[in-house]
Amino acid sequence: MTTKTAEELAKNQREISIAEFFEKNRHLLGFDNPRRSLLTAIKEAVDNALDACEEARILPELQVELIQLSETRFRVIIEDNGPGIIKAQIPKIFAKLLYGSKFHKLSATRGQQGIGISAAVLFGQLTTGKPASITSKTEKGKLAQFVKLKIDTATNNPVLSDESEIAWEEKEHGTRIEIDMEAAYLKGRQSVDEYIKQTAIVNPHCTIIYTDPSANQIIFPRATEVLPPEAKEIKPHPYGIELGRLIKMLEITVAKTLQQFLMIEFVRVSANVAKEICGNSALLPHTKPKKITRDSAENLYTGIQKTKIMAPPTDCISPISADLLERGLRKEINAEFYCSTTRPAAVYRGNPFVVEAALAFGGEQPGDKTVRVMRFANRVPLLYQQGACGITKAIQTTAWKSYGLQQSRSALPVGPCTIVLHVTSVWVPFTSEEKSALAHYDELMKEMRLALQECGRKLALFVNKKKRIKEEAKKRGYIEKYIPHVAEGLKEIMGFDEITKKQIEDNLTEILEHTRGELEEITIDNPEYDPEFAAIGRKEDNEYDENDDDDDDFPKEKRSNKNSESTKKTTEKQTRLK
Amino acid sequence: MTTKEKENKVEQKIKKIAQEVFDAIKLKEKPELESPIRSLNNVSYNEQEGFFKMLGKTKVRTLTASTIKTFAQTLRMMALSKELIKANDIATKREAYYVSKNWGDARFNEQPESDSVMDDIEAMMMVNREQIGFIPEEKGGAVAGELTVIDQDDEGKDLLIDCTKFGAGAYSVPSSVEHLKFKTKAKFILAIETSGMFERLNKHKYWKKANCVLIAMGGVPTRACRRFIRKLADEHKLPVYVFCDGDFYGYFNIHRTLKVGSGNAAHINEFFCVPQATYIGITPDDITDYKLPTHPLKDVDIKRARDALKNDPFVKHHKEWQKATEVQIKLKARAEQQALAKHGLNFVIDEYLPQKLKNPKKWLP
Repeated sequence: MTTKTAEELAKNQREISIAEFFEKNRHLLGFDNPRRSLLTAIKEAVDNALDACEEARILPELQVELIQLSETRFRVIIEDNGPGIIKAQIPKIFAKLLYGSKFHKLSATRGQQGIGISAAVLFGQLTTGKPASITSKTEKGKLAQFVKLKIDTATNNPVLSDESEIAWEEKEHGTRIEIDMEAAYLKGRQSVDEYIKQTAIVNPHCTIIYTDPSANQIIFPRATEVLPPEAKEIKPHPYGIELGRLIKMLEITVAKTLQQFLMIEFVRVSANVAKEICGNSALLPHTKPKKITRDSAENLYTGIQKTKIMAPPTDCISPISADLLERGLRKEINAEFYCSTTRPAAVYRGNPFVVEAALAFGGEQPGDKTVRVMRFANRVPLLYQQGACGITKAIQTTAWKSYGLQQSRSALPVGPCTIVLHVTSVWVPFTSEEKSALAHYDELMKEMRLALQECGRKLALFVNKKKRIKEEAKKRGYIEKYIPHVAEGLKEIMGFDEITKKQIEDNLTEILEHTRGELEEITIDNPEYDPEFAAIGRKEDNEYDENDDDDDDFPKEKRSNKNSESTKKTTEKQTRLK
Repeated sequence: MTTKEKENKVEQKIKKIAQEVFDAIKLKEKPELESPIRSLNNVSYNEQEGFFKMLGKTKVRTLTASTIKTFAQTLRMMALSKELIKANDIATKREAYYVSKNWGDARFNEQPESDSVMDDIEAMMMVNREQIGFIPEEKGGAVAGELTVIDQDDEGKDLLIDCTKFGAGAYSVPSSVEHLKFKTKAKFILAIETSGMFERLNKHKYWKKANCVLIAMGGVPTRACRRFIRKLADEHKLPVYVFCDGDFYGYFNIHRTLKVGSGNAAHINEFFCVPQATYIGITPDDITDYKLPTHPLKDVDIKRARDALKNDPFVKHHKEWQKATEVQIKLKARAEQQALAKHGLNFVIDEYLPQKLKNPKKWLP
């Protein structure tokens, strides 16, 4: 065996660019199979478009178009009416990973890290070798900027080509992105169609014009002209900060003293609270932040935990509202009973959040299957990783039996029911960058369960009422069945005629029904139901969708480096199955 | 009062009840059917009267959604009863159950359902089942010994039945015994729980040796069997000795029912009881004295015994039975009549019965 020296080994040791990293680990961003890649790319573009519109206080109107270029290749086009992006920023936003406006602030926006859209561009580039095309116009009367973008994976820097200025007459302002990519388009619960529909449900202020690969155009018109309140930015709460970040903040702050640092960099820290933190940390309030050593920073961290600090403000969170959530559900599901609830704001690790729940019961939903779960985070539908998600866990650990659904131990309940949960927060704790599953924080789980219990109690009232009415109807059938026999028995003993017998029967009916009152009826009364809407994303009858059945979206391909090859294989497989 | 008149009275009563129901319905009121509660809670016992006497507790079945089926069945069963009385016909309980199969939705699914409705009607009328036209299929019991039963044939001529002349077989008590007369020189009646023990005593002509009448009850005595023993004992002033297994079923279900009647048919106990009966069967003391082979008591047996101590007016009245019950619960064992065979097959004839009959201190009331 030949040994190697450290010097020899050092030849192979070098910096890894973030772009290179994600090139190899693209599943971390949700690009693990062709079908999901298509969804992820659209999702990232739609997230950005909606965030931009809302930030600029523009009622969003989105166009999403899918064009099938070959069997496994698609062009994804997303166009918004947002504020546009100035020329200098376009390359960085679309072709530099971890570049964005949202990472360093805490607000309830869809995007968080500044990875998503660049990752979509990177994926397109990886699978087709083609750049993405961006058009953006910031103002009426101005020319639009056009550019083609690639990412230099070694340096994580944009590579520009075909830069030009064009007149984009039909648009006052907005941004358009086109990406060519290897992908697969299928219907079903994890489809682009379903994603677009659910997005429309939880973003009722938004119009989406969607064109699928068969050139079917579906328009989801906005249901309200009112924009949700602007997502307010808040500073971090001391309880939510980690030691490393605290040290970093101490290095870069403009504050002159520790007390000042605590007061300006954090929310809910007054002069008194700041002094108390300093006391609890055994640090002087007028210490210069830059002079604080790692050990002192650790003291400060412990001191913060010891100090009683008011919970962060929660007005920075804007829930969809129970009412709008329920209305969306009514459109999607034809049920007998709907209810919804919005919980008061709560806090996990210094981050305020709000949980909303809604459910639809009965009607046309199958009674012998696991309930359908619809998960949302900051108004974004979550279609993958249901099994790993805290939302699913919260539903599983709620006792549904007492609310009238069947449930085996720690499993999803079974019954004709759809359960919707929406979590909105300045920082949604996803388990991974692909943003499909929520982490299981205790505070979060507790709030979700409370929301579910609130809905559950209302559900139980309805289910019991339904049961009562069913029993009542059965009893009435029973009465009707035996009334003639009572009359017949009397007739045989007393020997009266048929007319008297009929009279006795009528009297008996009156006597018995009188004491029972009117029979209530439960029917589906849902004028808002839209069957065409509900059918969007639904699988065609003979279509087998392997991803839908096993809830987990484990890539069917192994996470190998030969991505393009295996991608092709999977695509072939899916096409065959079709 | 002739039989015919009696039956008319029953018919009148059925009509009266139907009329009351009819009137209530006419007035658009909920009709009701009232009948005595058939359980031990509704009987009292004292030794002078000698039987379980029904107290006044009644249950009222008001016509509602949950009672309408039984209500309809009761009326239809009453109609059937009326038909039977009118035609001077009878139907067995099982036949009545099959008749109900014509009633569509009101038919009975199982015979116990129709039996229960029949018992309710019987109690409602305060008459015996035979008087409302229904008879059981059950046999009344087997008789052998120094007895001549005088029955009648269709033309009313006497039929003399000598119960010593059945050989290895026996005379069978008919379902109706009111018309029977007896001729006997026997000293006592021995009522036996099991047919097996009866066979043994009959085979060895124990009735001749002891000058008695043997009757096999075959478990809980039927009404006919109880009435037969009562009539025979009353008319010839004979003592009645009861010979059962040494368990609570033998003491309470068999002996007590024979002697004082049951809670379930309390309205007829007065005529269907044998107050002169005395228990000479296996007792808890016998189990110890004769070192009899035993079976362990099951939890349900003990529960039944404790229940009897608490709720059975007969047991509550007789200290001897309470004591015996306590002893047996402590023994945690029971012994069958046949267990005496441990000491030889004819031990029962040669030793046990003669000793028992000589020693009233070993008897139980």
